[in-house]
This record gives sequence, structure tokens and C-alpha cells, in this order.
Amino acid sequence: MPEHAAIAFEDVSKRFGDAAPALAGVSFTVKPREFLVIVGASGSGKTTLLQLINRLSEPTAGRLRIGGVEAQTLDPTVLRRRIGYVFQEVGLFPHMTVAENIAITPRLLGWDQQRWAARADELLGLVRLDPGYRTRFPHQLSGGERQRVGVARALAAGPDVVLMDEPFAALDPLTRDGLAQDYRRLHDKLHLTTVMITHDVLEALGLADRIVVLQAGRIIADGTPSGMMTHQHAYVRELMQTPRRVAERVGALLDGKER
Amino acid sequence: MDARIGDALARLPDYFGNHVLVSVTALLLGLAISLPLAIASLRRPALRAGVLAATSIVQTIPGLALLALFYPLLLGAAALTERTLGFGFSALGFLPAVLALALYSMLPVVRNTITGIDGIDPAIKRAALGVGMTERQALTMVELPLALPVIMAGVRTASVWVIGTATLSTPIGQTSLGNYIFAGLQTQNWIFVLFGCVAAAVLALAVDQLLALIERGYSARNRNRVAAGGIGLALIVVLALIPNLSGGKGGYVIGAKPFAEQYILVALMDDRLRAKGLVATRRDGLGSAVIFEALAAGDIDAYVEYTGTIWTNQMRRTDAVPREQVLSEVAAWLKDRHGIVTVGGLGFENAYALAMTKKRATEAGINSIGDLARRAPALSIAGDYEFFGRPEWKSIRDAYGLSFRQQRQMQAEFMYPAVAAGEIDVISAYTSDGRVAQFGLQVLDDPKHAIPPYDAILLVSPKRASDRAFVDALRPLIGKISVDVMREANRRAGEGASPEVAARWLAEKIGR
Repeated sequence: MPEHAAIAFEDVSKRFGDAAPALAGVSFTVKPREFLVIVGASGSGKTTLLQLINRLSEPTAGRLRIGGVEAQTLDPTVLRRRIGYVFQEVGLFPHMTVAENIAITPRLLGWDQQRWAARADELLGLVRLDPGYRTRFPHQLSGGERQRVGVARALAAGPDVVLMDEPFAALDPLTRDGLAQDYRRLHDKLHLTTVMITHDVLEALGLADRIVVLQAGRIIADGTPSGMMTHQHAYVRELMQTPRRVAERVGALLDGKER
Repeated sequence: MDARIGDALARLPDYFGNHVLVSVTALLLGLAISLPLAIASLRRPALRAGVLAATSIVQTIPGLALLALFYPLLLGAAALTERTLGFGFSALGFLPAVLALALYSMLPVVRNTITGIDGIDPAIKRAALGVGMTERQALTMVELPLALPVIMAGVRTASVWVIGTATLSTPIGQTSLGNYIFAGLQTQNWIFVLFGCVAAAVLALAVDQLLALIERGYSARNRNRVAAGGIGLALIVVLALIPNLSGGKGGYVIGAKPFAEQYILVALMDDRLRAKGLVATRRDGLGSAVIFEALAAGDIDAYVEYTGTIWTNQMRRTDAVPREQVLSEVAAWLKDRHGIVTVGGLGFENAYALAMTKKRATEAGINSIGDLARRAPALSIAGDYEFFGRPEWKSIRDAYGLSFRQQRQMQAEFMYPAVAAGEIDVISAYTSDGRVAQFGLQVLDDPKHAIPPYDAILLVSPKRASDRAFVDALRPLIGKISVDVMREANRRAGEGASPEVAARWLAEKIGR
């Protein structure tokens, strides 16, 4: 029996009022254990697309399947507890400790305190934070530490699918790269299916198994990172110019050539 | 120590206890309505606009008026339940005060709850739903805890308002710290006024700070602080309950209107009842309209009324009838219409009258209003704010054809010195007012009986009509108090002696 796609969009559209559609007839699938990165400019519809997956938003037309099941037939709350979500603005609850934040979904699922506290400690280890952090409050952490907690929270209930909405955009470059690489290792180790959105092409090329490029609510490219480098669409070529130039320059520098 | 301070302290347990109980009940009721209402209106813009507008309008009604409005409202409701369901309830005191104050507490709680939850970063709300919370869980686990400081600020504002405004529940029959203020203002007892204000302010500040302690303790997850605040609040309530539990409930209730003579008479009645071993509670400072309804409804058992007030305000009579006939008609009407028993007249009258200095009257040869009418075009008259609008003034004016050179309205306190100094020739006065003697005034005769008689009469509620012990304890007061003695007692109270002291003087004067 063929394995179901983890996520499948079939001709999905989303309209807000009378404005131009945020998404227009989008179709694509995400395979289990795949790391898919969606690239697009602000307003290209990528956040809308992500929110459709855990039903923070509802499609105007088209069908969406999660693990082979029609999303519309699932209880949104139950669905969200099965899917990890990492927010750009982190969104930790300021009145809860780090451990309480991490274990929020297990608590909602009714785990007893001993079990969720142990799970929080385990996740602190996974995202490489000191266990002493469990009793701290979010305002006592640095930006990078906060997003590590955000990642831990998304993984707490053991989801198969993790959605990431520009999770590292607000961090400084060093922190961002360290956290991104750590997450990619977790993705492989925990056999996750990840859909991440970003406007940073370099980040996409560094992390993704597959890249989808979104422009004005439509998919204009869908393929591997190497496929993107040779894609013929004008916008994609434009997107890939920066990484190409950087790569050439860095290559030249590594060869010891000054300008 | 000033005797008035001792007197004030002796009343503190009763006044403080009742003040706390009415405030706390009103606040709890207000919160129980405001919080769910605010939460329900969060995602319903129409309801929200309506709720905010309605609570704002309530806030613009002066506290005293709001409290006063609830009395007739409840009286009507009580009559309705009596008719339809077969039971009534007391429309006096606690219930109207609680309802009005609860309504008064709503605006800050509703507004702060809405503002507090609106002010939460939308990203936090999105995260709450994103991690799998239902709307209800997002509200209770995230939105309410985060809005708590703002909500509590509203609750604290409401508690300060309610505790302050509760002082105004005295005229509708709810004992409160306002009893000090109303009694003090009427008897020029500034120690009482100050005592009432300070006590209310201290209570308001204490509750405010304890609520702040609880809120900060909760935010800092400091259980000890939350407990300390909770214990503090509980202690205030327990302190308030002690006198109310031990105090003999089920005793008699005797009432007084808010002026010095009434405070003295209610103290005198209390003294008589106690001498016979009967326990009575006083309801001081009841509004004129409230006190009569309260007697008819049995919320109070006895008070001193004036025949003319019943004659004009209740019976709507305007005809001139001799004194004895007024008394008998009033007594018969009270009995037939309300079942109220007129025990008898105390022996003096406190009527509206026209007065001038003895010296001026003698010089001009004026003894009666009839004499005055001939000289009036050359004279000036002053009345209190009410006088020229009352039916009594119209009937004097028409009966004698009075027309003065000048007619002015003045604060009563300034009228007496003005007439004594010759700035005004004639003033409106109360016949038993201590200042009539104090300023050497002469009350002019009314041979045409244009002003109805205002004989002081002792009334007993229908409920106590056949209570011999009660009525017999008060009966010795009948016919014993001459107008001169009453005037002197009023003068003493007006000069700063407490009504208790004046009542003791009066009791000795008339003999037991």
C-alpha cells in the first residue's frame, strides 16, 4: 500500500474579502519526513499557506489532506495538538515558566505533571538548553534562547509534522545559523515532516530537501535546491542571483584571490 | 477626650460593620455581573458598545440620586411580588443600597476587562490557538491571567468608589459610615463628619492596598502575599460581622429624618425603650419620602412625624382646618389607609412660620400675619430654598394678600443672622427651631390657619400596633414636650452638643 502524502494541497484558494486572492489554485504535496521550504516575498501568501495546514485559517476553495484525511473533517483543536508550530514572533506565554511553556500541548492533552515535567527536561536537552532554565520566565532569556524554547514547545507532544513561520528571521546571523543547523539535525533524528517558510533564499538552500517558490499566491517553482539554481523562471533566476554571487565570491576568497 | 469622640467610637462597630457588609456584597454582585458581561462582549461589538454606553451613563447619575431611585423601584417590585407571588420583601436599606452600588461598580470593571484583554499582543493569542488551546482555554489560561493587572486595577477603582459612595446609602435606610456624616452635618458636629470621612477613606485605602497585594502576589507567584492579602480582606469582613451577629437582630427599629430635632427625639425614644428593657436599632437620617413608606411597610416600627406633612404630602389636602380636626383626620386616615397607629402628639409643633425680631415686631405693632400684610409692601422677606415653592407659602400669600418689597432665597444658616442684623425684615422659620429663641425672634400668629398645623406625633407601624410593651414604653412621651423645651434642646444640639446629650437634657426636663 502506497504511503499517504503527509500534506496534500489540491487546487487550494484563499481570498480575504474583495482583495486579490492570497492563494490562487495552489497544488503540491509534502512527503513524509521531507523538509520543505517555501520561499516568497512579503505578501506572496506563504503565511496564509502555512496557517491553512493547521486550520488557523480556512480555504475558500479546494481540498487539503493531512496524512490522507480531509482536513475539514478534523477537529481544529485536535489537529493543532498533533502539529508543531514555531512562530516568527516566538509567542511564548510570558506568565508561564520555560517548562510550562514547553509542555503546554502535553498539558492540554492531559498528561500528569510528572510526565510533562520530565518531557520538558528532555526537550531542554534536545534544543541544547541547560535544565536550570526550566523555572525561568521568557523575559529572562535571550532572543536565541527564546526561539530554542519555541522549537522545544513545538516538539513537546511528539508531532509528526512541524510548521515553521520564519522562525529564525529575528535572530542575529550566528545564532540563526546555529539554531537552523540544530533544528535540521532534530528533523532527521526525530523523523519529522517540516514545512518552513522564509524569505531568505540562502537559508532555504542550506536546509531544504525541496523548495517551493511562491509569487502573488501562485507556485512558480517546485523542486530540489540544485534544481532551483538552474530554473528558467525570471523571478527564480533573480532570487538565485544573490546566493550565486556570494558563492562565487566566497569561492574566489577561498582560492586566495583578492579582487 | 471630647465626649463626641467617645460617642463616635461607640457607634463605630455598628456603622463600620454595616458599611463593610453593604460594600462587599455590592462589589461581589457587581463583579459577578461585570466580568461575564465584559467577556461575553469581547467578540460581540454591538453588545460591547451597548454595555460600555450603559455603564457610562450609570456613572453620570449622581450617587445619591441612583441610591434614592432604587427605593421606589423596589417598593413597586415588592408590592408586585406581594400581589402575584404572595410574599414581599423589605425595599428599605440593604437591598436597594446593594443594587445601586453594584450598578455603580460596573464601569471600571467592564472597561478594564475589555481594555486589558484587547491590549494583549495578538501573536500571543495566535500562539495559544496554535499550540492547541480552545477559545475557552485561551481565555482562561492566557488572556485572563495576562490581563489580570489591568482587570484588578478596575476592581480596585470600583472598590474605592463603592466604599466611598456607600456613605450615601444612609438616607435610604442602610446604616453606614455615612450616618456620621449626615448626623454631623445636621447638628454641626464636625467631629462626626470628619470621623465618618476618615473612617470611609481608611477602609477604602485598606481594601485597595490588600487587593493590590493579592494581584502582585499572583503575578509574582508569591503564595504568601496572596494569602496575606486574602487574610486581610477576610479579617475586615469578620470584623464587620461580629457586631451584626452578636447585636440583637429582631429588636425594634426606630427611625429619624435627617435633622437635629429628629436625632434628639430618636435618642429619647431609644432611651425610653431601653429603660423598659427593650432593644432597639436606630435608622438615622432617613429621607422624608422614604421614612413614611418604611413605617407603612413595617421596615421601621416607630418615628416622629408632623401632622402637616401627612396632611399636605400624603393626603394632598390644602383646606384650612382647625388643629384638633387636622390631628383627628390625620390619625383616622393613617389608621384606615395604612394601619398606622398614632400614639399621640408630643406636645409641640414644628411648623413653617413667618418670624421677625421681637424688637422690630413691637416697634411696628405686628403680632400676626394679618398685621404684617399691611406693612409688607415696605418690608423684605427671605426664605430657605424650598419655602417659596411649597403649598404653605401660596396659601399664606393668598389668604393674607401678602406682597413684599423684596423676596430672596437664602441658606438657612445665613437667614437668622441676616434678620437679626436688620438686613432682612421677615424670614421663614421652623417654630421649634432653637435659633428662634437664640436670635430673639417672634413667630407671627396665623389667625386664618393658612399654614396647616405641624404637631409632632408619634407613629407606630401596623406590625407593632398591638405590641403593648412597645407602645406603652413610648406613651409617656405624649404631651410632655413643650415647644420651648424642644427649642432649647434643638439649640443645644445646634451648638455642637451631641443629640445624645441634648436628649438626656430633654429627658431630665420632662421627667421620667
